[in-house]
Amino acid sequence: MVDSSTVLWGQAIAYTIYVVGAMLLVGWFAYRVTRSREGRGVPPALFWTFFALLIVAGVSLHIVSYNTIPWTPTDVHRDSMDADKTFVIEVEDHEFSLPSMPMQVDCGDRVLFEVVSHDLTYGFGLFREDHSMLFQMQVLPGHINDVLWEFQNDGVYTIRSTEYSGPEGYGMIVEDAVVVGGCGEVAS
Amino acid sequence: MSGLTTRPAPAMTFTQTLLDGHQRAFRAHTLTPMQKLTLRFVVVGLVYYGFAAIEGMLMRIYQIEPISLFSPGQYFGMLTAHPLVGIFGSSYLLVFGAFLFLVPFLMKKPLWSFRLANWTLWLIAGGTMTFWLDGFISHYAPLYTLYWPLPADFDQFHPLSGAIFILGVALIMVGTLFFVLNIFKTITYAPAGQERQPAGALLASALGITGFANLFRRRERRKEHLVSLPVAAIARGSVDTALNALVLTFTGVLILVYMVAELFGTSLKNTAVDALLYKNWFWWGLDLIADGMVLIFVAGTWYLLAMLITGKPLFMQNIARAALLVELVVSWTVWSHHLLSDQAQPEILKILSGEAVTAFELITQGLAFFITLATLWSARPLKMTNELKFLLGGLLGFALAVPAGIIQADLGLNRILHNTQWIVGPHVHVAILVGLTMTLYAAVYKLLPVLTNGAQLYSQRLATFHFWAHLVGGIGMGAFMGMAGLKGMLRRTIYWDGEFLPFMILAGICGALLLAAFAAFLLNIVMTVGLKGALGIFRRSPHDPRVLVPETPA
Repeated sequence: MVDSSTVLWGQAIAYTIYVVGAMLLVGWFAYRVTRSREGRGVPPALFWTFFALLIVAGVSLHIVSYNTIPWTPTDVHRDSMDADKTFVIEVEDHEFSLPSMPMQVDCGDRVLFEVVSHDLTYGFGLFREDHSMLFQMQVLPGHINDVLWEFQNDGVYTIRSTEYSGPEGYGMIVEDAVVVGGCGEVAS
Repeated sequence: MSGLTTRPAPAMTFTQTLLDGHQRAFRAHTLTPMQKLTLRFVVVGLVYYGFAAIEGMLMRIYQIEPISLFSPGQYFGMLTAHPLVGIFGSSYLLVFGAFLFLVPFLMKKPLWSFRLANWTLWLIAGGTMTFWLDGFISHYAPLYTLYWPLPADFDQFHPLSGAIFILGVALIMVGTLFFVLNIFKTITYAPAGQERQPAGALLASALGITGFANLFRRRERRKEHLVSLPVAAIARGSVDTALNALVLTFTGVLILVYMVAELFGTSLKNTAVDALLYKNWFWWGLDLIADGMVLIFVAGTWYLLAMLITGKPLFMQNIARAALLVELVVSWTVWSHHLLSDQAQPEILKILSGEAVTAFELITQGLAFFITLATLWSARPLKMTNELKFLLGGLLGFALAVPAGIIQADLGLNRILHNTQWIVGPHVHVAILVGLTMTLYAAVYKLLPVLTNGAQLYSQRLATFHFWAHLVGGIGMGAFMGMAGLKGMLRRTIYWDGEFLPFMILAGICGALLLAAFAAFLLNIVMTVGLKGALGIFRRSPHDPRVLVPETPA
């Protein structure tokens, strides 16, 4: 399974290429619009081609991501999927209560994290040892907040609240809360 | 002989220029009340931009090193006030001031109510100061998102500080509704002594109903547009502005009920307000600013600037009108992209509203980008004036920020991007600082001679520095925040151990560049009009408030 760090690398490269292209285009335009001699305007065909390009880009992003990012279909269809393990985590007064410490996960397990808030709106995210994010979700009081995740790399993960819950919320961190073993491959 | 030669004006010292303005060309007493009012909007808007910029810089420093100068409570108080001061205190005032001048200017009739426009200015200015001071003193910090039940969490905040904060926002909303009323009445009313105007037809044209109905009419029966494209953009953006004000006012009243009850000793803590329903409602309203009003107003301003700079009609004008209408409808249906990480949110809303409809913004904003460039291209060669270079900067800002937003409005990518620095860097700050603010600067540079009766800019070098420092600072800051976000750095929290230090140092340097750009701009404007001239803007004008600009500039 593709790791979230790989997806982020892909995104960083694609967006950087786009940014450089956009800056070059506007720079070229600024240069030419002040120097070119009077000439013909922009042909309507170019406009309609650009229009079509925008539609293709807008639609294809979600189709491509649905078919290449493995956790998207899992997320959409999680109600009809079975979990290998379920962890119910409770949150109250800016503190996480875990069912066990650490929460042990075997390689390849599909794990359901169900997080229940008893007071405020919080966030729930798993982070690697280098502080990069594995995944996150919002945690709303009075609602079921669950995420199904398949672990394919060994690693030790920290839980952080990913949503602001007042000035007392910035310390909502549980280090080494999830331990994944058995893959023989450490998450980068 | 001496009577035939023109003696060059004696060079002014720095102090003289600072007091009297560049070449003493700006004379405040020659300004009409409408010119003065517009300049007051600009001055107060720029003062609040300075507030937001300094607060932003303090927070940048705090993200490099959580200094002991202020507590985490104060930091989050700043984090709450910063976007609200930037949007309401600065952007709203700059935009409203410009549009209250431009609508009558473009429609060649006086503003419907000068007095109401004055109320708009002082209500928004006073409301901003109220919530800013409240946040500064009491550290009321529920953030602009106000996720339920945080704004009414009286274990963390005092109910009185919350009530004062809400009062400040309510004043802004009243001023905003006055602005909207003034705009629509100006479009539709007939001034005294003038021929009666078809109010209904004008309104239909402004809102796009005429254009939509034309789609179903035979060519010879199609009705012409009664209002110009920029006025149509202002009207359509004003619809979102009004809806947003109503949603925020209702939400404020809801929160206020909890606060007042608490102050009178009755806790409503266990009263049910559904957090998800509330979040949907609040984001529906809040998103009308970010994904409605801003995009529509900005597109309208691009079109107006392109036409003013080139003196030519807009490329594909009918498509541009249609795109503005589509943008308005789209803005009512995209809120769910803010709830892609809320697992209780129905999947159908996430996919349709959050992903599919949101992608339309790429199309509508992309078309506005293309149409503006094509209009400029049709008039080449153009002189690289300040307004043109800032307009190009604004176009680039949205060209970078809108796709960044579309990327995060994807179910898969949102799972690993939501609430990271990616959201607030390459998307929010690049959109606001580079896209919106550079567009507003373009309008300021373009309108400056019109609003000051021909005052000349003090220094082109300062203007050039302003442009490059702002562009590089804005894009650079967004880029480094985005890189930190991709590495997992969250927004709305504090990192104590320098986990993302290199990115934060670089973002801080870019932030300092933005602050230097603003200082250069401010100095240039103060030296252009002089301190006496700046004070003169706030003195009463003896002229008729129905006159926009003097017939013969003094």
